[in-house]
Amino acid sequence: MSVITKDKTATEFSSTLVQFIEEWKDKPGSLIMILHRLQQEFGFLPRPAIIQLSQMLQLPLAKIYGVVTFYHYFKLTKPGRNNIQVCMGTACYLKGGEDIIHELENLLGIHLNQVSDDGEFSFESVRCVGCCGLAPVAVCGTEVFGKLVPDKLPEVLAKLKSN
Amino acid sequence: MNTMNINIKINGTPVTVPAGTSVLKAGKLANTKIPALCAHPDLKAWGACGICVVKVEGSPKMVRACTTEVVEGQNYITHDPDIVETRRTTLELIMSNHPNECLTCPRNGCCELQTLSAEFGIRDVPFASGVRRLPEDLSTPSVQLHPAKCIACGRCALVCQQMQDVWALEFLNRGDQTRIAPAGDVTLAESPCIKCGQCSAHCPVGAITEVDETRKAWAALRDKSKEVVVQIAPAVRVALGEEFGLEPGTLVTGKVYAALRRLGFSKVFDTNLSADLTIMEEASEFIHRFTTGGELPLITSCCPSWVDYLEKYHTDMISNFSTAKSPMMMMGAMVKTYYAEKAGKTAADIVSVAIMPCTAKKYEIQRSDDMRSSGAADVDLSLTTRELARMIKQAGIDFVNLPDEPADSPLGIYTGAATIFGATGGVMEAALRTAYYMVSGKNLTSVDLVAARGMDGVKIASVKIPAGGKEIEVRFAIAHGMANVKVVMEQVRAAKAAGKELPFHFIEVMACRGGCISGGGQPYGSTDEVRAKRTAGIYKDDKDSVIRLSHENPSVQALYKDFLGKPNSEKAHHLLHTHYVPRPLYVK
Ligand code: SF4
Ligand code: SF4
Ligand code: SF4
Ligand code: FES
Repeated sequence: MSVITKDKTATEFSSTLVQFIEEWKDKPGSLIMILHRLQQEFGFLPRPAIIQLSQMLQLPLAKIYGVVTFYHYFKLTKPGRNNIQVCMGTACYLKGGEDIIHELENLLGIHLNQVSDDGEFSFESVRCVGCCGLAPVAVCGTEVFGKLVPDKLPEVLAKLKSN
Repeated sequence: MNTMNINIKINGTPVTVPAGTSVLKAGKLANTKIPALCAHPDLKAWGACGICVVKVEGSPKMVRACTTEVVEGQNYITHDPDIVETRRTTLELIMSNHPNECLTCPRNGCCELQTLSAEFGIRDVPFASGVRRLPEDLSTPSVQLHPAKCIACGRCALVCQQMQDVWALEFLNRGDQTRIAPAGDVTLAESPCIKCGQCSAHCPVGAITEVDETRKAWAALRDKSKEVVVQIAPAVRVALGEEFGLEPGTLVTGKVYAALRRLGFSKVFDTNLSADLTIMEEASEFIHRFTTGGELPLITSCCPSWVDYLEKYHTDMISNFSTAKSPMMMMGAMVKTYYAEKAGKTAADIVSVAIMPCTAKKYEIQRSDDMRSSGAADVDLSLTTRELARMIKQAGIDFVNLPDEPADSPLGIYTGAATIFGATGGVMEAALRTAYYMVSGKNLTSVDLVAARGMDGVKIASVKIPAGGKEIEVRFAIAHGMANVKVVMEQVRAAKAAGKELPFHFIEVMACRGGCISGGGQPYGSTDEVRAKRTAGIYKDDKDSVIRLSHENPSVQALYKDFLGKPNSEKAHHLLHTHYVPRPLYVK
């Protein structure tokens, strides 16, 4: 009976996505799974998509946002074209993972979980990515950068940018 | 099951309580106060703050009194040195994340955290300060969010979601990053918030407050080029006394008039008179719709939070809404036209102030251009009961010992039907008293419509009115506490969709539980116990009134004769009616 917003930033849900949501929406505890699927589709959770979901599920927007912001996994802003995941698992942490983060902040002029002005880069810290032998490690898409030292980062960034 | 009684002991003293009672409540029944910061009698306890810990005799373990149900035969220890120490640590932890700004906080002197800190004699906080700098939300004209002061008790979210079904507020993030906010980086004004202020009335601290406009009122009173007139709402007179140590429900009408005069208002009018006017307009509108096959059910519109809610959540019902303005807005329009004319002034010469139990009234005065029917703002300033109390204290007025004074003419006389507007069911009862007369030409033999009264969230009943040899049955429903309106609307929708006879012809809705007597702007501490006392004060005022029917108010009769013509006349329509528009839940 109510319109959530008049703002028509159109979000097209693919028919498979709609099908997925319809299939799961009445099952208990399915919200998180649906949100995962939504994030897979868009790379993050755009507000118009959450609004549309809220309408489809007949769930208050506030409730969905409560869940989305509770889990670090969900992203409300579009990540950079290159989203660098810096491992902060025990091994990487001990071998200087934090220095990598500080240097990235220096070089890019942004903090953790922010996006550079040109939209090229963002970076986040993640739990162990499973290649502790290469610690400290950063991952971007399918590329893995191992045994990183802060001095190597300009090179890494240049390579990613040229991709 | 719930009628079963359980025998327990509180600190060794036997008490009998109904099954399902929490230890927290049992303590209260045994005259023992267990501190509580997140639990509130209006809300389902969720055991978040940890301050209410107690022990069960024989076990060293501490449990939370608010979420623990009493068990037959047990002895609950609510206070011992261990427990007090644990509570103190909990309190210190909460305070370590709370700004130490009591002197300039709106809740100074009426804050639950401050009171506990005083009771526990906390002199310094041994933990590093974790105060977060979070932006304030000053976007609505009614309530403000000061998230840095939030202690994450959750009351506001529960109120907004469960009691009000608005879902403007939610906890975002988690752990020490948890904050209370509307969904997804919008302001409260851009959210579905209906400005009811129930969050501010339930918040234990100064994290959600009403917008204080007392300084604006003082400025108006200092401005010698303006005449400042004031009106007071029905529910104010049974609650204001609490701010000066009187029992809830104490009727202080004459003292409020006297206090307002001493504050410097030139004329003291009573919103109750315009409540009678509202009844004349709304009962006429109802009868017109009822007898001419107009759009039914008719739904009352004097609660601005309900208006906002309907415009957002029940847009398909807009044509069922009474076009009658609220009593406050009707009084404003009369002040700036009828009274101005009599006083030889223009609307612009007058500042019209309203004293209301309500935070949403601050929004209502600027809701649409209809609120400027006199050509200027019909009401310039709407203050809550709490704000008026502050002004009276600032002025050094000894409220309790004031003489009873009368209100001013020509807008000061009211009937018992008007005063009951302050309680849930009151508008319906008053309207039906007058509709009965309008249809049958006779007055009810007993004007007490008991079925409309009481604290049930939804009340359904009917009255039979003799009409030219026949009898017509008017079926009505009354809902209060915004979440209760849904079932009523669904019933109407279902009947309409199935082409069936309507379940109700007339519906009254008030956003706040109990109606305006526990509005978002009333003195802190509304619980069902307090509500019952204030409500009793309201019905006593009605019972003690010489005139108890709106259509018999001599001032209202004069108002129609001299100025408005008839109810629903063209002039009445221009000044006393409004219209509604669908609004999206989120502005963006
Ligand atoms: S004023 Fe009412 S609707 Fe708005 S946030 Fe508070 S409780 Fe919710
Ligand atoms: S704003 Fe007030 S009511 Fe809401 S969670 Fe914070 S302290 Fe509790
Ligand atoms: S019920 Fe009364 S106090 Fe509450 S929002 Fe409505 S008008 Fe205001
Ligand atoms: S009052 Fe029981 S945990 Fe907060």
